[in-house]
Amino acid sequence: MNAPLALLAELTHRCPLHCPYCSNPMELTRASAELTTAEWARVFTEAARLGCLQVHLSGGEPTARRDIVEITAAAHAAGLYTNLITAGVLLDAALMASLVAAGLDHVQLSVQDADPAGAERIGGMKGAHARKEAAARIVRQAGLPLTLNAVVHRQNLQNLPLLIETALAWGAARLEVAHVQYYGWALENRDALLPTREQLDAATRLVDGARIAHRGRLVIDYVVPDYHATRPKPCMGGWGNRFLSVSPAGRVLPCHAAESIAGMEFANIRDTSLRDAWENSEAFNRFRGTAWMPAPCQGCENAERDWGGCRCQAFALTGDAAATDPACALSPHHNLLAEALGEAGALTFRYREFG
Amino acid sequence: MTIRFAPGVRLHHDIARERWVVMAPERMFVPDETALEVLRLVDGARDAEAIIDLLAAKFAAPRAVIATDVQAMLDDLVVKGALRA
Repeated sequence: MNAPLALLAELTHRCPLHCPYCSNPMELTRASAELTTAEWARVFTEAARLGCLQVHLSGGEPTARRDIVEITAAAHAAGLYTNLITAGVLLDAALMASLVAAGLDHVQLSVQDADPAGAERIGGMKGAHARKEAAARIVRQAGLPLTLNAVVHRQNLQNLPLLIETALAWGAARLEVAHVQYYGWALENRDALLPTREQLDAATRLVDGARIAHRGRLVIDYVVPDYHATRPKPCMGGWGNRFLSVSPAGRVLPCHAAESIAGMEFANIRDTSLRDAWENSEAFNRFRGTAWMPAPCQGCENAERDWGGCRCQAFALTGDAAATDPACALSPHHNLLAEALGEAGALTFRYREFG
Repeated sequence: MTIRFAPGVRLHHDIARERWVVMAPERMFVPDETALEVLRLVDGARDAEAIIDLLAAKFAAPRAVIATDVQAMLDDLVVKGALRA
């Protein structure tokens, strides 16, 4: 069994934005159920001892927590490389200075579109885009490296050239162009978000060109959408293999979307250690390695390359979390993706909100 | 020109796995032995020439050979965003 390399700490589900592709579960955790500062500090210490090197402080909006500075300091004290994944709309220079003093290493700032009106419609928050631009400036003035994270889909891909310009103009050294992944809220909004093949191909060409044009100045990471694929993504680098995630309420998850799989039970950090959850919990062991795999994954030469794809996607599309990810052309359910693409084209979103 | 780590990038001792890793924003990679020798000499003050001199002396190798390898490695790490020249 490998030790995990990184921990995703989902500190809260609270967020001023309402993105229709939010990666949080449909059933959001309320503030009263969130882990305390001390509980997070324990998680970080245990994560470092287990072998984690990086922690991603995420949410919801992590800076919605009043103790975000203490939490960052605890992660830093545990020896973890600390990354803040933020929408940026709550960030000011004073908070930034405190975070730097607490040991923050890097900021990933999300942007919903390059066009302010589009960004505000997609994120569901008025004035958000200008605040994000200000946040980028604050991060750079504090001397921290900045990654811009642009989630792309049918309704903003036309602005990809401008998103790349935005990354350069805002001083990002790294840009993540991440096509939406379809779980939870994004699956609810799939008809409005799925890109066409032409959009995808144009985006891929643009990214390839921009990588050459901005070589040595801007690193571009590119996450492609499964729905046009013939091989599945190696989700999480294999279930229970490299990453783990802790939810706002303390559940220890093999990936942040794992709670979308009905019937799975997860250990809680309030009842157990992180090591015990990683090594011994049923949830982590169920899809670890290759023994659980059905045909056509079992014996496939790609079994240890793509790990059968994504368990959450297999469950979402087939109702069976142990099925081959339908993104694989060898899956008996691969036709579901083409059908979904055929139905796409809706204009309106169902926004993320507390139920 | 001096060589330095890009903001947010540093060498980190991975105690659990007894190895050195290059920690970078949302990424990490494990340098091979040669890359590690080079990265250990990146202190924000030395330039490529100084790094090449030190390695040529350390390994008693022809400077031209070392220079070609080191320059290629530095260029690659700049493209990856790990170093700034």
